Parts: sequence; C-alpha cells; structure tokens
Amino acid sequence: MVVTVNGEAREVPQGETIRALIARYNLTPEKVAIELNRRLLRGERYDETSLKEGDQVEIVTFVGGG
Amino acid sequence: MANVMDQFRIGAFEVRNRLFVGTGKYASYDLMRDALDASGCQVVTVAVRRERLVDKEGRSLLEFLDLDRYVILPNTAGCFSADDAIRVAMLGRDLLEKQGNKGAGWVKLEVLGDKKTLLPDPVGTIEATRELVKEGFTVLAYTSDDPRSAVRIKEAGAASVMPAGSPIGSGQGVLNPLNVSLCLELLKEGDPHYPVIVDAGVGTASDVTIAMELGADGVLLNTGVAHAKDPVKMARAMRLALESGRLAYQSGRIPKKRYATASSPFEGVISYIPGE
Repeated sequence: MVVTVNGEAREVPQGETIRALIARYNLTPEKVAIELNRRLLRGERYDETSLKEGDQVEIVTFVGGG
Repeated sequence: MANVMDQFRIGAFEVRNRLFVGTGKYASYDLMRDALDASGCQVVTVAVRRERLVDKEGRSLLEFLDLDRYVILPNTAGCFSADDAIRVAMLGRDLLEKQGNKGAGWVKLEVLGDKKTLLPDPVGTIEATRELVKEGFTVLAYTSDDPRSAVRIKEAGAASVMPAGSPIGSGQGVLNPLNVSLCLELLKEGDPHYPVIVDAGVGTASDVTIAMELGADGVLLNTGVAHAKDPVKMARAMRLALESGRLAYQSGRIPKKRYATASSPFEGVISYIPGE
C-alpha cells in the first residue's frame, strides 16, 4: 500500500507499524518525533499504531536554527 | 560580579544566562559547539525539520549539544500559520521529552508573514499563543517592535514577548530603540519581572549592549555569531557586550543634555573664558 512519508509517496507492507517504519529508515525512535495525519503520535503508541492506505506521516528531528 | 548575570524566570523556567544563542548557519557543528561554549549561554535554540530518509549522511545536531549543559528552546521557524506553528511546537516538545531535556515545555513561537521579510504575523502569533498556552506550553513569542502587538501577545498568555531589533538575520541591530523601550515599558507596567527578550537583528556586539541598556532581560541571536568571520571570537564579544549592557542598565545612565557640562571645575582657572 502507499503512504506519504515526509511529503513523498512510499510503498510499505500492509499493516506496517510506526515502529517498523522508523526502523525501515534506520532511525532511532528516541531521536525523532512522529506526526500521523497532522497529529502528534507519542512514542508509547509506535507499536500499536498501524499505517493505513493514504496515511500521511511526518518524521522530524532537530536541526540548527535561531 | 554580583548581580550582573542575576537569574530571571520565564514561566517555570529559571534562566541563568541572559544570552540565548541559535544553532543555525554555522560552517560546521564543531564550530557551533565552540561558539556556544564561548558565548557562555545556557539556552540554545533549535529548529524542527523533516528527517532525511534517503542518503542520510553526516551527524545530527543532537550529537553536538551537551544536553546536560544546555536548555534547548525549540522554535517554530518556517511556520506561516498558527496551525503549523502549533504542530511544530508539539513535535519539538515530544523530541525534548524523549531526550529528557529541561526545554520540554517551552517554545520560541514564530508565526511569520512571508519568506522575504520574515516579519511576524501578529494575528497568527496571538492565535497560536492562546492555543499553545491551553496545551500547557510556556510561550516565548517572537514579534515586531510594535508596542501594542507586544501587549496583545502578553494578554494572550505569552510567558515572554520577544520584540525584534530588526528583521531576522539582517544584522541591522536595534533599528527603533524608542519602540523597543516602549515595549519594555508597557509590558513591564505593574509587572516589573515580566521577561522581555530582544530577538533578531543583532549584527555585532554593540547591538546587544544597546538592547540590554534599554532594559531588555536578554538577547537572542544567531546569524551575528554564526556568520561572523570568527564565530568563536564574536560569541565571546557578544557575551561581554551583554554583561556591559546589563551593568550599564543597572547602574542608571545619565540623562542626555543639550549642552556640555564640564568635568573639571571652572573655579580657580587661570585662563581667559570667552563671554565672561
């Protein structure tokens, strides 16, 4: 199925969890924050939350800024 | 020196150093780390951005920030609506909670009008302030030097209002000292400990001093250090400038006068004085 991750369409397996998605990109869950369909998703929900077709995910971190 | 770098509060946050320094635009993270160290700052600002999912290379900002030493102040830079600023604030707080950093819970709110001027949108800033306060945030709101907007943002619940000296990254210093001093006067009327931080526009050390002499509680800067030829040396200059400005403010400057007043007495002069 296709979901949008950081603005780009991505093919992921049916029922992919947020934790699996984070691992797919070799990221550490503690060093990113996740938004699912424009709402913050807290870390304790990464295992129980599965993606659905058309979901929009943002995976963000800190960068330098003023 | 006693009392110069006295603590102050922003909401529940105890701030030990009045210089807030940004982490953007340094030639390298190593240089950033050394400049932050030289600045003596306690609070550093960061931005929230998408992870790079392809060709992820290089090291991340968090590896270069000592999270036991610095309190991280996440910003909502790049947001042009209250909604987006609220989303970014929530993400930043979540990241800091995961890092166990004390900065989880406050935010430098920027709701901007357009990409060219980066001037703040007062209506969006007020809307976002109200919502973020409801969500439990300590809001430090970036705004222009307009005194009435500043008051409205305070009334919306901001824990600190941060008027700009001049546009972000412009290096033009404090363009309208009268407006900044009116912001200070109105925001602190009957509430003398209300924290006001001059944010943006600092080009060199004297700009920091001017802001502090006007009575600002602190100064937030980034480009003035990051893009200086020698950022580490400039960071030190900013630190000293802030201390000078704070000392001068506490000391109570003399009023400006139209005519000269001699420092040496006229009594006992042996010279001819014109007009006498």
